[in-house]
Amino acid sequence: MAEFRLPKNSRISKGKLWPAIAGSSNTKTFRIYRWDPDSGENPRLDSYVIDLDDCGPMVLDGLLKIKNDIDPTLTLRRSCREGICGSCAMNIDGTNTLACTINMNDVKGDVKVYPLPHMPVVKDLVPDMTHFYAQYASIKPWIQTDSVAPPDKERLQSIENREKMDGLYECILCACCSTSCPSYWWNGDRYLGPAILLQAYRWLADSRDEAAGERLDELEDPFKLYRCHTIMNCTKTCPKGLNPALAIAEIKKMLASRQGI
Amino acid sequence: MNHVHPLAKVKGTGSAKSGVHHWWMQRLTAIALVPLTIWFVGSMLGLTAGDNAVLAVRVWLAEPLNGVLLLAWVIAMIYHGQLGMQVIIEDYIHNHVVEVSLQIINKLVAVLAILMTVVTVFKLISGDVS
Repeated sequence: MAEFRLPKNSRISKGKLWPAIAGSSNTKTFRIYRWDPDSGENPRLDSYVIDLDDCGPMVLDGLLKIKNDIDPTLTLRRSCREGICGSCAMNIDGTNTLACTINMNDVKGDVKVYPLPHMPVVKDLVPDMTHFYAQYASIKPWIQTDSVAPPDKERLQSIENREKMDGLYECILCACCSTSCPSYWWNGDRYLGPAILLQAYRWLADSRDEAAGERLDELEDPFKLYRCHTIMNCTKTCPKGLNPALAIAEIKKMLASRQGI
Repeated sequence: MNHVHPLAKVKGTGSAKSGVHHWWMQRLTAIALVPLTIWFVGSMLGLTAGDNAVLAVRVWLAEPLNGVLLLAWVIAMIYHGQLGMQVIIEDYIHNHVVEVSLQIINKLVAVLAILMTVVTVFKLISGDVS
């Protein structure tokens, strides 16, 4: 049965308050989901008041300020701090996005930070991405060809055909879209989810690939693909401004058209 | 730890290689329902009932085109509803026995509802007009 309430050991309790340091006047409060697997305790929501005059502008700057100066036990993933690695994907102010590309000033009131929804939590803001990455591997995200590659040059692609991959190749696999999708929440064990389906379409749309038939064979499944009910949360939340819902619709169109529809 | 590789878990028993038909039928019935519903509502509003509303409907239904379109409308609606209900059950019911039972009931109800509609329409057309 679909779960509409968190299990007992996942319900969030009120956590600690870490007040502002004396003398800071321009402050912002972060309310952050904390869970330590070794403590045996329920998750809690800790509050940290940070001094904006001594901090960078982005939510990630605030989180690192907390980790560096207030509470070093706060655990999160981050790497590039410029929206290209996808590591710092989390739920901020009720929306899945990248902590490094969202400005604190764009968040009204307290900055509420949770890990990506409906994923197993490793610790604090770090979700377990094992299943997501296995789903990515399952679509064989590499070029597949039967023809022999030209011996003296790369496989060429026209400018027009290259343009068909615009809006697809930019995906950084941060999983913001998949973890915003109710279908992925309820049936993520079998439904591939918007991120992986956008990646699948990226290879279907690549003029150099020769395995479209096999790729479509693998995707034509009530659960892998057709759990998408065009809810559009994916497109709304994508921090890169991409449209996974459109990519999924294109796959459905390809499947229909090879049946002569 | 069951030592099953995450990729093996994801690949499972592979693709069912179906889904296009369901998707296409859902869309086809949805499109068909738009004009059919407008036609039905328009027809009903256009009926001058007089003092015997049932008789007016039966006379209207006895026109072959009206009978055919009414059956098409109701059958498209039941088929569309059955397809939608199937998806809802697949989405939310994760207990296998309960799910399969509901899928069977869903299909059975749809078939019976269609048969009931056909029999009722024929009875209305051919039975005693009184």
